[in-house]
Amino acid sequence: MSGTTENASQETRIRVKVDPVACDAYGYCAELLPELVTLDEWGYPVVGSEPVPAHLVELAVRAARDCPRQAFLSEEIAH
Amino acid sequence: MQTLTRTPTDTTTRPRLLGSWHAHHRSDLATHVAFHGALPIPNAAGEGWSASLGELIRQAGLTGRGGASFPTASKFALMRRSGTARTIVVNAMEGEPASDKAAVLLECVPHLVLDGAELLARALRAQRVLVCVPDVLDRTAQSAAHAIAERSRGALAPVAFDVVRPPSRYISGEESALTSWLDGRPALPRFRPDKSVPLSIGRAPALVHNAETLAHIALIARYGPGWFRECGTFEAPGTCLVTLSGCVEHPGVYEVALGTPVSSVIALAMPSGGVRAVLTGGYGGTWLGCDALNTPLAPAPLAELGASVGAGVLVVLDESACGITETARIAAYMASQGAGQCGPCMFGLPAIAEDFALVAGGAGDTAVFERLAHRFGEVEGRGACRHPDGVVRMARSALEVFAEDAKAHALGRPCEKRTSPSVVAYR
Amino acid sequence: MSSSLLWYTTRATGLVALLLLTLTLVLGIGTANRFSMRSWPRFAQQDLHKRVSLITLVFLAIHVLTSVMDTYVNIGWAAILLPFTSRYDSFWVALGTVGVDVLAAVAVSSMLRNRIPARLWRGVHWLSYLSWPVALAHAFGMGTDMNQAWATGLAIACIFAVVGACVLRVRLAVAERRRTTNLTSLRAASQV
Repeated sequence: MSGTTENASQETRIRVKVDPVACDAYGYCAELLPELVTLDEWGYPVVGSEPVPAHLVELAVRAARDCPRQAFLSEEIAH
Repeated sequence: MQTLTRTPTDTTTRPRLLGSWHAHHRSDLATHVAFHGALPIPNAAGEGWSASLGELIRQAGLTGRGGASFPTASKFALMRRSGTARTIVVNAMEGEPASDKAAVLLECVPHLVLDGAELLARALRAQRVLVCVPDVLDRTAQSAAHAIAERSRGALAPVAFDVVRPPSRYISGEESALTSWLDGRPALPRFRPDKSVPLSIGRAPALVHNAETLAHIALIARYGPGWFRECGTFEAPGTCLVTLSGCVEHPGVYEVALGTPVSSVIALAMPSGGVRAVLTGGYGGTWLGCDALNTPLAPAPLAELGASVGAGVLVVLDESACGITETARIAAYMASQGAGQCGPCMFGLPAIAEDFALVAGGAGDTAVFERLAHRFGEVEGRGACRHPDGVVRMARSALEVFAEDAKAHALGRPCEKRTSPSVVAYR
Repeated sequence: MSSSLLWYTTRATGLVALLLLTLTLVLGIGTANRFSMRSWPRFAQQDLHKRVSLITLVFLAIHVLTSVMDTYVNIGWAAILLPFTSRYDSFWVALGTVGVDVLAAVAVSSMLRNRIPARLWRGVHWLSYLSWPVALAHAFGMGTDMNQAWATGLAIACIFAVVGACVLRVRLAVAERRRTTNLTSLRAASQV
């Protein structure tokens, strides 16, 4: 994993959310981002709406890319 | 099914939507035009007229009568910015079992609804209007089709009106579910993270409005925003249709001014016993206890109690009926009516319904309330549509309003109140 | 390049590609399971599946190239993508061609995953199930080494691996269906 971002002005801030229709409770997002994602009693992800901390952005983008149903979405927060 | 209507006892509020029906008990075009006058569309219905219609609606302060109470003028403005709207959708789906207003509108004053749709179609240059009536309401559909056939083409380019029959499930009337079905897909809600992107059928944007909202537009266009505001409150002007049912002598659809206290509204239907609680808004609405019944029937005052006008449903529960049992029934029904798309709703609602059934049956324990509280939090806000949120709100309010009964039930001492036939079953 | 060298390379890379394809399939089928372990997270398995699939394609490419470049038998460049255009062992080569076609489609669709509808990607990906029996049949029909005990043993091991993975996958699907069928009966039972 790469180190911390050096250039603060180029830091992308992102938010993550789950498309509940597409989600099929694979749970990859919870494996990759246990700090942000918890699973409810039926295996579906619970995510907050706060911006993703800088050190987790790369993982969040990866989780969005790897979700088998493309249900984990990351979007940039417009400043 | 009842289509009984009555003049409200408050004689200062003359019926507006149902005026022509009350006066003549006829729904044909000639009666409609004689009562309300011709539809005010100029021959050269251009950009200026379109903008002025939007302005009239904005000044009138009309909000959607489908449950969300969204400002109608904002929806209109959004459509104007989205290129040419091709389709106006009349939502007469009446998903709420305890609501009858869409059927009443289309059977008693169909031309008012169609007028509203035609005004929007001309203003937004839409080529077609789709009137959505559930597949089980044949009489309503026939009335709409008959009214459509009566309307003349006139000098303007024809707008094509069609009656379509989506499946009559609870969520089929949800906006995005309806447009999905019209687009040839199953009638299931879509995930819409950005509501400012308008709904579309195929490539063309679609404007979906509740039938009652359209009827109000038809009146505003004729009589003006000032007239519209003579009734109701400042934030919630005008009248609305409510469906009164439950422990009342005269269930049916009534027209009342927004802001009328709930107690006065339900008095119109003559409750048969002492009123214990009123389910306000719909099956996904809120139970109001007898101490809250003086609240005005309007979005803001109800919101303070966590309630809303919703579909205008008011189900009256008297002292003889068991609120917990009724709630358990509603929860089970709502759990069965989900789209089956989103995990938290698909699994959470049946779990909640099961727990409520335990409580109602006297087989629960105090742990069931903790479980319910936990599950309310888990389910709320985690679906693509508001269906699970409604159930959570309704169930939570039941536990507050019927707190004593809930505790007694849970400890194995169910009340002796009658549990059947069900109070809330209306259709 | 001597014909023998090309031929040996073709045989070796073909066998390795078959083994790697088996591994790719087993890893891929296994990603659907809902059982997660801290020491073997499923996102890692999915990652491994992708990487192994790429290595498979590399070996497959070498296998295809050397088989065509080897002029001892006449296969022809067209046979890489068009079945039944080889003059040598037309049918068995065609099976290999079909395998290549399918895997090429899977690879391209995965590269364009974010740009194509999710359903299209999944549909094409399901085709990858077809590539494996086709490859296996191609190996048995054409493979010079397949009558050797060790080669047959490997092939049988591959069959067990894929069939085993499929059985587990089907059991999972049945369990999922049972979970949602219980809900359907709840729907039927609750009428207001």
